[in-house]
Amino acid sequence: MTQELLRGERVRLAAPDPDQGAEQVAGWHRDSEYSRLLDSDPARPVGVREVTDWLGGEPKPTSFNFWIRTLADDRLIGFGGLWLHHWTHRDAWLGIGIGERADWGQGYGTDAVRVLVRFGFLELGLHRVSLSVFGYNPRAQRAYAKAGFVAEGRIRQLLARDGQRWDEVVMGILYADWLRTQAPAPG
Amino acid sequence: MDIGVSLYEGERTRLGGIDLDKDAAVIARWTQDPVYLHRTGAEPVRPLAAGQVKKKLEAQAKEAQEGRRRFDFALRLKDDGRLIGLAALEGVEWSHGNAWLRLALGEPADRGHGYGGEALRLLLRYGFYELNLFRLTAECGQDNPGGLRFLERHGFTREVCRRQALYRAGQRWDDYCLGLLRAEWEARS
Repeated sequence: MTQELLRGERVRLAAPDPDQGAEQVAGWHRDSEYSRLLDSDPARPVGVREVTDWLGGEPKPTSFNFWIRTLADDRLIGFGGLWLHHWTHRDAWLGIGIGERADWGQGYGTDAVRVLVRFGFLELGLHRVSLSVFGYNPRAQRAYAKAGFVAEGRIRQLLARDGQRWDEVVMGILYADWLRTQAPAPG
Repeated sequence: MDIGVSLYEGERTRLGGIDLDKDAAVIARWTQDPVYLHRTGAEPVRPLAAGQVKKKLEAQAKEAQEGRRRFDFALRLKDDGRLIGLAALEGVEWSHGNAWLRLALGEPADRGHGYGGEALRLLLRYGFYELNLFRLTAECGQDNPGGLRFLERHGFTREVCRRQALYRAGQRWDDYCLGLLRAEWEARS
């Protein structure tokens, strides 16, 4: 089990090494759709230096950032993480981005979300995991639902993009519910 | 709308700037009360000394100066100028027109007199007609049913219920997001 903690069926969680991949990550942000699916900040081109600044330095004890790499050929395809506001509530926010368009819709994201959730429950001892996803991103909503997340509400018309307003959907998964979906340990 | 009607003056209360030196000691006293802390944030309870409060307020003021993404107010009684609460519109996302609203009265004895309602009405007008926001969002835990009722009475709608997201006093509580759209506020006022 412990060895498998960072590995899924198709991807693994790796160190977010800025020396290996910062250029690639900056490149993902040249695709404005990637930025707009990722977060609500206004999309803008990002330099390599900015990516290394994000990832450089000592990791905060409440932030768990990872590169997502394929198991088949160890390719860097995205990043993901879990972020806690405060330990006491044992509730972390999950975020993930798959950078290359060719890798979208291949199930890598769903697999990575499953590994992140399992990491949150089995290693961080979380009670629940939260995430938010945009109304114009039904693909991500389906992937999160497949990984066991339940919609807990919609922040109405939170986002303004391309001349329209969009809801933000908030989803959550509880440890007790997740546990019931796991196969019992052999023996 | 009358541009001459003050954004800051309620009937008995007013919104004003925070006085780093004088207010810190009062706020430090409030932080001795776990209920106050639970209502103002998700951090575990930690009573603060006046010096620590002052540092926090200074950091907040610096953030407001640099980022223009937060607007902090002291709530005072008009007759004697006494500080009775703190309010903020923070985490402003200018491109989307949303901000998070915070409001808390410090002393239990000052709750239940309608001061909060006055302050909220001022904050809503400030957010919608001065910052021109599209919507306002507030967070409130299930352990604060009075706060939920207060927000709903003033037009907020429960939008999200993050199940069991808070752990306080040995129990799990749901954490709610409530929202008010400018159009809804205009229709009410």
